[in-house]
Amino acid sequence: MPLLTYRDALNEAMREEMARDDRVFLMGEEVAEYDGAYKVSRGLLKEFGPLRVVDTPIAELGFAGIGVGAAMVGLRPIIEFMTWNFALLAIDQIVNSAAKMRYMSGGQVGCPIVFRGPGGSALQLAAQHSQSFESWYAHIPGLKVLTPGTPADAKGLLKSAIRDDDPVVFIEGEMLYNVKGEVPEGEHLVPIGKADVKRAGSDVTLVCYSKTVTVALKAADQLAAEGINAEVVDLRTIRPMDTETVLNSVGRTHRCVVVEEGWSFAGVGAQVVDVIQQYAFDELDAPVLRVTGADVQMPYNKQLERAAKADPAKVIAAVKRVLYLA
Amino acid sequence: MAGSRASSRAKGAARGPEPSASSEQCLTYLRQMKLIRHFEDKAGEAYSLGKVGGFCHLYIGQEAVAVGSMAALRSDDYITASYRDHGHALARGLTARSVMAELFGKATGCSHGKGGSMHLFDASLGFLGGHGIVGGHIPLTAGMAFAAKYRKTDQVAVCFFGEAAVNIGSFHETLNMAALWKLPAVFIVENNGYGMGTALARASSKLDLAHRAYSYEMTEEVVDGQDVFTVRSAVDRAVERARLESLPTLLEMRTYRYVGHSMSDAAHGTYRTKEEVEEFRQRDPIKLLEAHMVAAKMIDEAGLKALDEQVVAEVEDAVTFAEESPDPAPEALWTDVLAGGQ
Repeated sequence: MPLLTYRDALNEAMREEMARDDRVFLMGEEVAEYDGAYKVSRGLLKEFGPLRVVDTPIAELGFAGIGVGAAMVGLRPIIEFMTWNFALLAIDQIVNSAAKMRYMSGGQVGCPIVFRGPGGSALQLAAQHSQSFESWYAHIPGLKVLTPGTPADAKGLLKSAIRDDDPVVFIEGEMLYNVKGEVPEGEHLVPIGKADVKRAGSDVTLVCYSKTVTVALKAADQLAAEGINAEVVDLRTIRPMDTETVLNSVGRTHRCVVVEEGWSFAGVGAQVVDVIQQYAFDELDAPVLRVTGADVQMPYNKQLERAAKADPAKVIAAVKRVLYLA
Repeated sequence: MAGSRASSRAKGAARGPEPSASSEQCLTYLRQMKLIRHFEDKAGEAYSLGKVGGFCHLYIGQEAVAVGSMAALRSDDYITASYRDHGHALARGLTARSVMAELFGKATGCSHGKGGSMHLFDASLGFLGGHGIVGGHIPLTAGMAFAAKYRKTDQVAVCFFGEAAVNIGSFHETLNMAALWKLPAVFIVENNGYGMGTALARASSKLDLAHRAYSYEMTEEVVDGQDVFTVRSAVDRAVERARLESLPTLLEMRTYRYVGHSMSDAAHGTYRTKEEVEEFRQRDPIKLLEAHMVAAKMIDEAGLKALDEQVVAEVEDAVTFAEESPDPAPEALWTDVLAGGQ
């Protein structure tokens, strides 16, 4: 199996889907001539031309809405946000137009669109460029929210998202673009709404997604050296959430730590905890703990920034607490 | 080249070109305008009786804009409107029954009772929504025009919005991209003088709203929105520009709403005077057309009376239909959330 970066896996997904379906086009800032701010769209302009790979002015609200309108009449737009931080300018179109169209038209008008771009914490980009918004979008009925953590999942989920008939919020890990992994060639589809056990274990379940998959796996490696077997469950899709896989794992391990990059209040982990307390209350041997980003604006200073992020040490500490070892 | 102007000024200024519409065409306009007027009267009445809920924004006074504009369109064109959308829906050909039933929240409504007054849809007629966020549907319409160009069809996308929307970012972002990418779109500002209760002069640094097109090298026109012929010919020109040259146009229709912004404010007394409303009623779009048709001997008093009776009967039938229609089934709460159900 070829070894690809997360970036190139996404590129391959778009290239294959654009070749497969001429209704698919890519629109966003710097996606064409510049080859993408993060080079995810490298080479696509050359291959598909300016009608299908469209550079926009810096006008997120406008081009997101143009994408929604095109989707309403049957095209399959991929709208790239340079980062999800800038998508805040377009959130009216995502929440009030894309997510609502099918319902408020009584099922007449769908909106098959993918909004994608990098999210989560980055490196010393400070408060406005280093944020996690998946819980915001996951709150909205009518949207699907995808957060791949590996190159293979990035490709397989993006292909599924492009083929999906509903609006998809596709949040790429900004710190994952250079991560390499094995990626199946050609028709590799990862189903939406299906979690993946990235590492099997019996002592504790680590629920994670996007960049925290790497964090959880590193923590699991170190825990293994201490004789603790952690199971790593990668949600991959935040909404619709694969609660079955989470509950099955917790049913076996009886302990759980949720690892997420976002802020703690009303975060994705809070939803996971709610599901566990409702459906696996009697299985638990300890309260479920969450490792989240610090509940502060992201600082610029490197040491402060490190302290604000979820990392393996924090995960290990939480695991020891749920095992009553600390 | 700066945005070109082809002005047919409203409000006491030059009327449009001499109407060349046939007697049959005039009768259609008159019938549609009367239908909208009477439909809105009845919708307001039903609202007061508690049969229509939520927000309800009536179109009384502005009928010539929707009727004249729709007449210029083809059946495969795309249309979007703001939340003041009853008139546009009826002029596009949605039945009074399906619109009234939607206002009543019934399963037989055009959006199956899930949209209500602000979200009328009929995809089969290319009527792609009343939209509830000011300015939110302006980029959507450009997206539909983009799709037409992408597919190399010669469809046109037309967007109706109130003058208050010209101050919101999505208007400017969209006009820029529509002009930059030469999209076959027509943007129709219905300038009724007030954004809710805020007079234009208190909201806009510039009163000639069509001039906003200058910033985007877009053709613009100021149109007497009370004269259905002037509206029709302006939209004809804009649609032709879109269909044949793939170029967008901004049309400012000068019009007036006789009633409050929604059912929750009085027609006058707070932000405008009774005298002002009365003054504008003198140039009532329906009266103007009737006067033209009577003078041209296209219709007589008996004909007008018969037309009124037809319209009253049609709306009465729509109200009865809406009242007698069933509510959506309880399960409908959970359908249409996603393509495959919930």
